[in-house]
Amino acid sequence: MRLQRLLLGAVAAFALSAFSISGTMAQPKPIKIGFSMALTGGLAGAGKAALIGMEIWRDDVNKKGGLLSRPVEFVYYDDATQPANVPGIYTKLLDVDKVDLVVSSYGTNEIAPAMPIVMRKKLTFPSLFGLAVNDEFKYDRYFQIMPAGPEPKTDWSKGFFELALQQKPQPKTVAIVAADAEFALNAAAGARTNANKMGFQIVYDKTYPPSTTDFTPIVRAIQATNPDIVYVGSYPPDSTGMVKAANEVGLKAKLFGGGMVGLQFAAIQKNLGPLLNGVVNYDFWVPEPTLNFPGVKEFLAKYQEAAKGKGVDPLGHYLPPYAYAYLEVLGQSVVAVKSLDQAKIAAHMHKTTFDTVVGKVKFGANGEWAKSRVLMVQFRDVQKDNLEQFAGPGKRVVLYPKEWKSGEIVYPYKQ
Amino acid sequence: MLSADLLANAVVAGILLGGFYAAVALGLAIVFGQLDIVNIAHPAFVIVGSYIAYILNSRFGFDPVLIGFAAAPVFFFVGALIYRVYFLAFERTGQESLSGLAFFFGVMFIIEVSLILVYGVDYRLVQAEYIGQTWSIGFVDLPLRMLVPFAMSVALTAGIYLYLSRTFMGRAIQAVAQDRLALQLMGANPVRVKQWAFGLGVATAAIAGAMLIIIGPVEPSVGRLYIGRAFAIVVLGGMGSIQGMFIAALILGVVESMVSTFVGPSWSPAVAFGVLALTLALRPAGLFGR
Repeated sequence: MRLQRLLLGAVAAFALSAFSISGTMAQPKPIKIGFSMALTGGLAGAGKAALIGMEIWRDDVNKKGGLLSRPVEFVYYDDATQPANVPGIYTKLLDVDKVDLVVSSYGTNEIAPAMPIVMRKKLTFPSLFGLAVNDEFKYDRYFQIMPAGPEPKTDWSKGFFELALQQKPQPKTVAIVAADAEFALNAAAGARTNANKMGFQIVYDKTYPPSTTDFTPIVRAIQATNPDIVYVGSYPPDSTGMVKAANEVGLKAKLFGGGMVGLQFAAIQKNLGPLLNGVVNYDFWVPEPTLNFPGVKEFLAKYQEAAKGKGVDPLGHYLPPYAYAYLEVLGQSVVAVKSLDQAKIAAHMHKTTFDTVVGKVKFGANGEWAKSRVLMVQFRDVQKDNLEQFAGPGKRVVLYPKEWKSGEIVYPYKQ
Repeated sequence: MLSADLLANAVVAGILLGGFYAAVALGLAIVFGQLDIVNIAHPAFVIVGSYIAYILNSRFGFDPVLIGFAAAPVFFFVGALIYRVYFLAFERTGQESLSGLAFFFGVMFIIEVSLILVYGVDYRLVQAEYIGQTWSIGFVDLPLRMLVPFAMSVALTAGIYLYLSRTFMGRAIQAVAQDRLALQLMGANPVRVKQWAFGLGVATAAIAGAMLIIIGPVEPSVGRLYIGRAFAIVVLGGMGSIQGMFIAALILGVVESMVSTFVGPSWSPAVAFGVLALTLALRPAGLFGR
């Protein structure tokens, strides 16, 4: 009797396990996309917002049946905004986690350390907001979603200087100030080239350490050189400090801004409020009627819902649409070539114009956008302590490039 | 480029900045300077102070200065509790040098990660009427965003200085720094005294945090920027000297501001730390070292 029961149990267990195996086999193997992301440390604000955008793409794709009829799964690790952590993370993703595809972390400093590993494995590498990373590597499977343009260093600030040239009386002198860090130094180098090319006289050209607390001495030193325009390459805390210091010192420049990271973030916009009025700065997407691309409003509605209570940018205009778009580009390419073959995906990405939530995306030979779309926007009529005002049009008017323009410049900077 | 107004403004901006540095370094001057405890987590407590100022300012509109002073007693008790753990785990067994340092590193990371988990990683700022306003005296500008923290710092430093030099407990703190055994022989409990002093050091972080968020935006990891600077100020001033710490902070602030204005901001940390190295070469115990 006991033996009978044992036998029966064994048969039942076998049947169950066989059912479970067949059940597993029926599930298609997920496509794993691996990446590192700054989820703690200095860039975590942007990194977490990017991750929300990426997760929305993953969920959207999986709702439609995945890629190549396989669900999409993310494998990611926090690089803690430490470039030194990045090579180890990508090695693990490729050798231990065996991911099928990789994409980059956020920002120049976090993308560059992944490049040697990605290049050695000949992987297609969609990247998120790195400035001129491929200038040194010249890797033919690198694709940058940030619309800096074919010559990222100079295209970044070209609009600022072209706008300056169009003003009457024409400004002649420029001050360039930037943080001592990769992105800002690249931005300043491009600004220098543009200034020289367009005939401006550079009267101040200095960098400052990222640990700077008070920016009034810097702004005062700039003021002492009496520049017509001031180009700033800065990170969020510095951008806030610069705008406040410019206001406190009473900076007399006619055009101020350029490459200030942070003025795109809702919390900083809300806090600075009217101090922003007149500032002309770069941006990549603003809620102006000229930039109403198909799908972007739906995406932002999902993002804004998902971002609630997570301590990230509540509006998500700056980075999240591009975090969604770089995966859209990758996903559309996988579907088009019907395979995960890295060479085929890269070849498709080179020749195709993609429809994304950030508009049409076409890459050039160096993996940057074939045509720059760095917007120069001017803050207008910004009211005090009001976040909602930035959700709609009219507060960040697009001045440049011409095809996306939504208004005329107010010049000079301080009315 | 050298003009009287530029020079005067650079000096004034440096003094105001130095005042803020003094507030950040004050707690360390007590904890590290007097008690020889390498509290590397001190700037993280400053950031907690900033977040408390942010929360109460954004929810109830309270002034960040008042919030800083109101939160200080809570910080005092948290600091005293942390010292108790530190004492039981490390100091009692004589393992405070390396293990203690690791402990405070741990505390720093726990604070940072907790802030990220609870409040996220977005930049936080406060609103107050005086932020954005500037007073002018002749050609010298005094941005209230810097002047208010400076005034708070002077009041705080003076208060701590008077407390340490005029009260019984203050003198006991100085005594435990000089000769723990002698204090014990006189019937006092050095652990209790150190616990009190550590609490006092952490309490100053609440006020320094409020100052920091008045000056600029704060996110959980921003405290790391101040670790080196705060320790340098304490060493430059002379271990255990409150007045030395304050003067050292002003020197560092003025040097940074002058170099930023007349040479180039990227040189300012190098020159400031050069001054530190030179001072220590000439006076190894610091400006007012014991």
